[in-house]
Amino acid sequence: MTRSLPLTTRRSALAVGGLAAAAAGLAACSSGGDSGSSDGGGTSIDLEERGPITLARGKDTTGALADFLSRWNDDHPDEQVTLIELPESADDQRSQFISNAQAKSDSYTVLGLDVVWTAEFAANQWVVALPEDTFDLDALIPATVTTGTYFDKLYAVPFTTNAQLLFSRKDLLEEAGYDQPPATFEEMWEIVAKVQEKHPEINGFGSQYAKYEGLTCQLTDVVASAGGEIFDAEGAPHADSAEATTALQTLRDGFDQGHIPQEALTYKEEESRQAFQDGKLIFLQNWPYVWDHFQNDDGSSQVVDKVQVSLVPAVAGEGTSTIGGANYAISAFAKNKGTAVDFIAFMTALEQQKAWMIETATPTATAAVYEDAEVAKTFEFLDTLKSAIDKGVSRPQVVKYGDVTQAIQEAAYSCISGEAEAADALAQLQEQLTGLVES
Amino acid sequence: MSTLAHRRRARGDGQEGLAGLLLSPTLLLLALVVGFPLVLSVRQSLFQGGDEIDPTTGIIQQGDTFVGLQNYLDAFTSSGAGAGFWNAFWNTTLFTVVGVAIETVLGVAMALIMARALRATGLIRASILVPWAIPTVVSALMWQLIFDANGIANEIIGQQILWTTEGLQAKAAVLIADIWKTAPYIGLLTLAGLQTIDEQVYEAAKVDGANRWQTFWRITLPLVRPVLMVAVLFRLLDAMRMFDLPYVLLGRLRSGQTLSMLAADAASKTDFGMASAYAVVLFLYICLVAVIFVRGLGADVIGDADGRARRARPRRLRTTAEGDLP
Repeated sequence: MTRSLPLTTRRSALAVGGLAAAAAGLAACSSGGDSGSSDGGGTSIDLEERGPITLARGKDTTGALADFLSRWNDDHPDEQVTLIELPESADDQRSQFISNAQAKSDSYTVLGLDVVWTAEFAANQWVVALPEDTFDLDALIPATVTTGTYFDKLYAVPFTTNAQLLFSRKDLLEEAGYDQPPATFEEMWEIVAKVQEKHPEINGFGSQYAKYEGLTCQLTDVVASAGGEIFDAEGAPHADSAEATTALQTLRDGFDQGHIPQEALTYKEEESRQAFQDGKLIFLQNWPYVWDHFQNDDGSSQVVDKVQVSLVPAVAGEGTSTIGGANYAISAFAKNKGTAVDFIAFMTALEQQKAWMIETATPTATAAVYEDAEVAKTFEFLDTLKSAIDKGVSRPQVVKYGDVTQAIQEAAYSCISGEAEAADALAQLQEQLTGLVES
Repeated sequence: MSTLAHRRRARGDGQEGLAGLLLSPTLLLLALVVGFPLVLSVRQSLFQGGDEIDPTTGIIQQGDTFVGLQNYLDAFTSSGAGAGFWNAFWNTTLFTVVGVAIETVLGVAMALIMARALRATGLIRASILVPWAIPTVVSALMWQLIFDANGIANEIIGQQILWTTEGLQAKAAVLIADIWKTAPYIGLLTLAGLQTIDEQVYEAAKVDGANRWQTFWRITLPLVRPVLMVAVLFRLLDAMRMFDLPYVLLGRLRSGQTLSMLAADAASKTDFGMASAYAVVLFLYICLVAVIFVRGLGADVIGDADGRARRARPRRLRTTAEGDLP
């Protein structure tokens, strides 16, 4: 889940094949319509309640999970955990979790939740508040714990995390006389102009500016680095603040001045990675997974050994990235919640976190793994990654995340594509967000 | 008409009870799998999910509330949760009208080619049918590569059009991909119709000195019309439900949003009331188009115009035989 953002992927399975089928589906979904009422399985956990449990999460594409589970199962013969693999697409996982919760089914015990779902699942009481002292939360990176917290209560424990980084073409920068990657957009535009004097065919900066979840990440991080926030800690929106306007205007200027190519409006993670890998971009902002692609010496990469990693560009000061990753929560309708708590503690303990990071190359949430020599061997830019995660910001933690993220994408896209001015787009966004949190 | 008369006769024979008994399992099944969900959806569309949030715990307070026709009102005024309804409505209509019109022309052309192919018949038929055989999601992914900023489409036309950004080009991309995929469907059905036309009719036309164009307009098209109409009707109903192609190709772009996508989107936000309202509106819209098409243009879906067509045939034959071609 490190790189698959929620709400973006294919939903072939959900294609509305026939209207009757769609109608049947909706009717079925509505049967548990009053799940918001207070019979949501209680908010306290009986730690003595023990027995077999299940772990429901997206398909384990790394293949490493089975080992971790059998290690747990060997030590807990009476409290076996069974893996239930859900589809790879975050959207599909979410809809399965929701239908399961609305049916009040106890078939899922531990849920692997995307970082942006915490508020929705907590507010609907589909997951229970967790006993904070059972987990060694101090050992986890604070920015990741924030993603699992809702109204000051812990609902999900961070397992993996992630942050975006800036990938720069070291060779082009050196040629133009720069030995450091840029820290701010302003510095970056300057370098782009300089490099393009010699290489007019190479585009400047690319990141994920297509209208999808990635764009919400982009706006969240530029607004944060400008000193603003889309939602404050109390959940009130501030989308039309001066900081937010400056931030969005910075991106718009990038497009208007040609430092960001127009085709970046079609970039998702993979498109932007491909462009950089083909040598068509000087700078790329993306998740760490792209590194291995760049260093691939089978001929697919034009940028082997030419890439430098640093924090994402900032509007002012230091760059802040959006946090990604997966958290573990416990279904409100599950049995044996005591075992589930122990299992989550097991998976988030240092030993497992370290092994997971080494085996899957996915950043985990425990701070100490970033100090570990063995881990350092597998990650070439571990310090930069750690500091990016430390400085990371969460996307809005709101119950109606689906509506909020769409409104953000709409506003950001209309501005960077030149349809609307930053101030107008954000004023409209502010109005929409206010309506969404109030209603 | 003839079935009505037939039914009346059956009633006279006093077999009505037996007929009802024999039909009842079918009717029951239909009521269960079509009627029941439909009624539930209509009911659900009159509700809105609970969204009162407790300010201290952040927990949602109440369940569904009855809101009457509010969801429909929101949709028709494009306000609140219904924003984007008219955009999706016109997109759906555009994709349906323009798409099916072009598909029909191309499909008929394909059928004529397939029917006339003298050599490599199998190969030509197979190659025309390939697009139809590819699952929509797969073809949408394929077109996504073609319409990439640096993809083949731009390579061929020699300039960079950003197909997957908001605007007319995104609608064009959906239409192109849809037409590519579904024109063969109309072609296939039309071909079946063409093969039922008696060779003698063409010979008669030739004797009368009709040229190819006249033969097409006066013989081929009228005789293939019943089959073609059914094919077009099916495509219309299909196109109005379009979901997977724009969903995969364009994602969340407004330019490609259809009514089905709105319903799915609302459902994914657990706003099942709004989702049901969209689904019901789409259902009624489709019903309306189907009725207009069957009544107005005489698409013969259930086959009761068979007699009419058979009666019509000799008359048309006579007109050509009498040589009143212009």
